[in-house]
Amino acid sequence: MKYIDEFRNGDYATEVARRIHAEADPGRRYRFMEFCGGHTHTLFRYGIPDLLPDNVNMIHGPGCPVCVLPMARIDAAIELAVRHQVILCSYGDMLRVPGAHRTSLLKAKAQGADVRMLYSPADALRIAQENPQRQVVFFAIGFETTTPPTAAVLLKARQLALKNFSVFCNHVLTPPAITGILEPAQQAGERIIEGLVGPGHVSVITGGEAYESLAQRYHTPIVIAGFEPLDLLHAILLLVRQCNQNRHDVENQYSRAVTPCGNAKAQSMVAQTMTLRDRFEWRGLGWMPHSALRIRPEFADFDAEVRFELSPSDARENKACECPAVLRGAKSPTECKLFATRCTPDNPIGACMVSSEGACAAHYSYGHTR
Amino acid sequence: MSLNNDFAHDCVEMIHGGGGRAMRRLIDDLFLQAFDNPLLRAGDDQACFQVAPGRMVMSTDSHVISPLFFPGGDIGALAVHGTVNDVCMAGAVPLYLSAAFILEEGFPLSDLRRLVLSMAEAAREAGVVIVTGDTKVVERGKGDGVFITTTGVGRLPDHVHCSAARVAVGDKILVNGFLGDHGVAILSQRENLTFEANLRSDSQSLHDLVAAMIAVEPDLHCMRDPTRGGLAATLNEISQQANVGMRLHEKTIPVRQEVRAACEFLGLDPLYVANEGKLVAFCAPERADALLLAMRSHPKGRDAAIIGEVIEDERRMVRLRTGFGGERVVDWRSGDPLPRIC
Repeated sequence: MKYIDEFRNGDYATEVARRIHAEADPGRRYRFMEFCGGHTHTLFRYGIPDLLPDNVNMIHGPGCPVCVLPMARIDAAIELAVRHQVILCSYGDMLRVPGAHRTSLLKAKAQGADVRMLYSPADALRIAQENPQRQVVFFAIGFETTTPPTAAVLLKARQLALKNFSVFCNHVLTPPAITGILEPAQQAGERIIEGLVGPGHVSVITGGEAYESLAQRYHTPIVIAGFEPLDLLHAILLLVRQCNQNRHDVENQYSRAVTPCGNAKAQSMVAQTMTLRDRFEWRGLGWMPHSALRIRPEFADFDAEVRFELSPSDARENKACECPAVLRGAKSPTECKLFATRCTPDNPIGACMVSSEGACAAHYSYGHTR
Repeated sequence: MSLNNDFAHDCVEMIHGGGGRAMRRLIDDLFLQAFDNPLLRAGDDQACFQVAPGRMVMSTDSHVISPLFFPGGDIGALAVHGTVNDVCMAGAVPLYLSAAFILEEGFPLSDLRRLVLSMAEAAREAGVVIVTGDTKVVERGKGDGVFITTTGVGRLPDHVHCSAARVAVGDKILVNGFLGDHGVAILSQRENLTFEANLRSDSQSLHDLVAAMIAVEPDLHCMRDPTRGGLAATLNEISQQANVGMRLHEKTIPVRQEVRAACEFLGLDPLYVANEGKLVAFCAPERADALLLAMRSHPKGRDAAIIGEVIEDERRMVRLRTGFGGERVVDWRSGDPLPRIC
């Protein structure tokens, strides 16, 4: 913990904040998007916006895995649990996200479906071994960070020749999502952000080089940051400097964990078990080519989408919900008419209000009175 | 079955709740012996006792917890501590408890005996007497081993008026020690979590600490034990009731390094984690130092701290000045705390 305490030192924070104030040009605007939901959480939890000059603004990006999953995929998971009566396993945040007709996995559980919250996909494998007469499905979500553990259980399931285990794969990729944010703006000749705080945990897997072409193509500086508050503050200082120097490089603030090439073993496990989908629907960003992963045909026995027949979803988003615009960084949560009125963490209408990494939930829980 | 209970090998059966000889035998062999006192021994359907003049305090609480045994306690002791503390938070002296058990068919009698003996020991330590009770048995699969409901009564000294309604702008907010020990100790024992933490629950009766606090500061404005929902839920409740805001100072809030580390690992916030042997107290600012000294002089308040103050705020928010120099709202939690994904 000593190690962590040093990244939360208030005196250092004051000094870094002082430098940001000193170096930020009062005549220009600095809009920085933190891609990752974990960074959004840190920003609010430590009150970092209070420490920044008025012209340095943070914009929340699409990096919350719960928030970007479209309603149709939630409906499919609920269908697996209810109609196919599998033991459906997933991470905690996923259970509260509303699908169509205001249902959720938690509500399905209350009505009798066998839905279980996990901390690791390995637990799903164990549950399958303990319940050989039941089908067990792991509802896999997340960016490059959570994909390798899913790949590991796929490899293990094949090694064990399990007949009752499969994965409902919803893993998505970071670089296409950044493209999805920046490309439309570039085509419209607009600039929506001056810099990007690159994802920390994702980059541990992908490596820093994964963002080089994005920084160059969109003339946008990217600073990969860790999740401690001082990491984030330092990354903001580095972005201010790049803007002032008219640079658009990838810088690695999180060098204690992120290397240029990433984790080769994790990348290899993912490549063995998964391959690119032609296209995938993202909440807020729509259908994007080559933006997600599916299970390889060689592992089809462990692919829930192959094993179970899933109905097309009639999901319709609430028209007043601004989650799509919030996820693109086009609107702030407080600009949504539903925010803190009809949509609250106790009664979420949109996905951004569900996960603690979601921009709306973070705004509501840590700062909605300001 | 034999009516003689084999506490080493037998389990709870439906007949133990059937109202016949088997139930009588279980009560005689276990509950009466463990909780033994003249009022219970009388064997009536109610306990009849003399009431002193003045105000009585009454509180009730149902206890459901998994696992039933955890580092630093079990559901039996917890059922005593929880209700004793609810009575104490009024500034009262706890006197009597009732205890109702809902047992699940198949629950080992050896475990039941451990829980009941632990409960009896906790009652003795708290100076309360378990004077009446009830036992029901539900079919296997319809319970979670054991549920215990306890109701407590106590006597309130004439000069004590502890209530959230008395919390006023300027009051200092104190806690008696490290927060989150109970919640993290429980989480570390859950079967789907595998982290190791050398933590014990803080489950304990606070009757003697409260007595020491009242002796030094009879005009305590409010006390409350931050159990489910942790410090955050308790302070939000009081803010709403008293129509005030609060400002906390993160640097002064006592949280063990192990608890902080476990919360980091699980993506939880220690301010929202449950406690079972902690209290939050509010007093006039000029009395805070004396109260703090009295708390620190008591073993159950050795790590007490002043963690913030009551402020004027029509929106009745609890705010935290972070150790990092910023400020954030400490809002109600939504639903169960769910770990973040990455």
